[in-house]
Amino acid sequence: MADIDIKDIIREENLVYKKTDVLTDNVMHYCPGCSHGVVHKLVAEVIEEMGIQEQTIGVSPVGCSVFAYNYIDIDWSEAAHGRAPAVATAIKRLMPEKFVFTYQGDGDLASIGAAEILHACNRGENIVVIFINNAIYGMTGGQMAPTTLVGMPTATSPYGRQIDLHGYPMKMTEIVATLPGTCFVTRQSVEKAAAVRKTKKAIRKAFENQKAGKGTSFIEVVSTCSSGWKVNPVKANEWMTEHMFPFYPLGDKKDCEKDPAEDYEKYMKG
Amino acid sequence: MGELRLMKGNEVIAEAAIRAGADGYFGYPITPQSEIMETLMVRKPWEETGMVVLQAESEVASINMVYGGAGCGKKVMTSSSSPGVSLMMEGISYIAGAELPCLIVNIVRGGPGLGTIQPSQADYFQSVKGGGHGDYRLIVLAPNSVQEMNDHVGLGFDLAFKYRNPALILSDGVIGQMMEKVELSDYKPRLTEEEIIEKYGDWAHIGKPANRSQNVVTSLELQSEIMEKRNQHLIEKYASMQEDVMYEEIMTEDAEYLFVAFGSSSRICQKAIELARAEGIKVGLFRPITLFPFATNQLKELGQKMKGILTVEMNAGQMVEDVKLAVECKVPVEWFGRFGGIIPSPQEIVDALKHKIIGG
Ligand SMILES: Cc1ncc(C[n+]2csc(CCOP(=O)(O)OP(=O)(O)O)c2C)c(N)n1
Ligand code: SF4
Ligand SMILES: [Mg+2]
Repeated sequence: MADIDIKDIIREENLVYKKTDVLTDNVMHYCPGCSHGVVHKLVAEVIEEMGIQEQTIGVSPVGCSVFAYNYIDIDWSEAAHGRAPAVATAIKRLMPEKFVFTYQGDGDLASIGAAEILHACNRGENIVVIFINNAIYGMTGGQMAPTTLVGMPTATSPYGRQIDLHGYPMKMTEIVATLPGTCFVTRQSVEKAAAVRKTKKAIRKAFENQKAGKGTSFIEVVSTCSSGWKVNPVKANEWMTEHMFPFYPLGDKKDCEKDPAEDYEKYMKG
Repeated sequence: MGELRLMKGNEVIAEAAIRAGADGYFGYPITPQSEIMETLMVRKPWEETGMVVLQAESEVASINMVYGGAGCGKKVMTSSSSPGVSLMMEGISYIAGAELPCLIVNIVRGGPGLGTIQPSQADYFQSVKGGGHGDYRLIVLAPNSVQEMNDHVGLGFDLAFKYRNPALILSDGVIGQMMEKVELSDYKPRLTEEEIIEKYGDWAHIGKPANRSQNVVTSLELQSEIMEKRNQHLIEKYASMQEDVMYEEIMTEDAEYLFVAFGSSSRICQKAIELARAEGIKVGLFRPITLFPFATNQLKELGQKMKGILTVEMNAGQMVEDVKLAVECKVPVEWFGRFGGIIPSPQEIVDALKHKIIGG
């Protein structure tokens, strides 16, 4: 058998998959199995496919994805904890021809930044929101989030979340879907190839909505945090499928094909 | 000669912002400064200059909108009064940390807490010493007339961009609500996209062309060695601001005693000087216009020639600490003030000078 050189394999005609150039070559700091890296890749691919790398500004949160700017090769603003929607509001309003998105965790978006996300969605800011819901505060070491499931143990709910002590887990996606400013509200996941493809389609749709000036597109990605959950990545996916999906059902909650303002009359009638 | 008008201090802030070529205003209503946003909403500058005006859901949101807008290399501002400015402290610290230029207006009311809606100067410490977390400084301007409310908007933006640092106008309900004659500034056009790219293209997040590396606006740096260098750079920047120090001296040539006062207190001191001089007391006024940078050296030189200094403030004695430091306690320095929304009368100030300094 003739010797095959590596160069024989890496040839244009053999190429079936290539890392998008919109992702930098920096080694990601995320734990093995973390959903953040997959979602970063999808955002980067959509930016590349739409050819909007030079026009896109990302707003990163405080959370494990605070360093998103190290991985997606665009201009960024690193916002204070929870405030990304306010930051994005101003960027988009001052530069309406640019594409602007926030990338936020569940502690960032649903807890400390609850007011900012609700009001940005309610104003119908023409931005994209990527919401990584791993039901925990990953960055600070696995404390309880507003999204933590009942019974789920965390560093600050070591005996499991109890309703009488901690209240109920919050479904942000269902909440923002009730606001007339949002045009596309969906909940997706990235634990298997089919789900990854669906999530990418949703992200693409969200950026297309922004291009069309439709208002806020909100994409929740139900995610794993193996470190915070204290299980291995395989177990984390299983646990998510078994426990998270029944409480956080996947799928589109709202998808206005038309101008969301046309839905306003319906909304006013209740 | 610019356009002359009779206007309220707060309304002038709004008018001056439009004329300064501001790109955006983000605010939340609070007395005694709501006229700023109200005036802008009536003026509709988005139709005239393209300036964005947005009522935010809170002061937390407004200051973070300012963070976002400033990061675009745009001229953006917010205004509020004491409780609202307290809410902005986190954002202000981030803006200072990320070295962004912006303008913040605080029309101070009495505190602590919800306090009173009446005028006060009790936010001096918060404005010049920090207020938010970390080692940072704001450029702080203290207007004492409606004219200076106009002038300090343009000046504040200029200094903010010169140093890439937030500038704050520290005013109060007296000047915000009072009507005076004002010569308005001429219109300056807003910068075009090309001009912004040319001037701020090396740091603003305005979209990354293929031929440059990313612009990331952030205050985060986890490597201590680099963070210490960043702190060092900031300290040097704050020190370099001394070249823009501003102050005013009134009747100091022959003075034996000195009032030191800023903002509305300095106006009352001018009347107190008249009353005191009518009684033969030779007193003058030193008025810091920039509270940061503070005119330490200038005050030292003048102050050390005096028999005594009375610092007059509408608070429980804040700037007096900086006055004592400036004169290195080589002459007696006392404080007189009223607070809770009470404005001292000129006679009270003269009496305090007699009791605390001359008789003391
Ligand atoms: C004002 C403020 N409060 C608290 C923190 C500490 N903090 C940093 S990240 C974080 C939670 C992040 O959790 P999440 O948004 O769910 O992101 P994840 O790490 O799970 O992706 C907290 C509480 C902070 N940085 N700022
Ligand atoms: S702690 Fe959780 S969210 Fe953070 S990188 Fe690790 S797995 Fe991801
Ligand atoms: Mg989380």
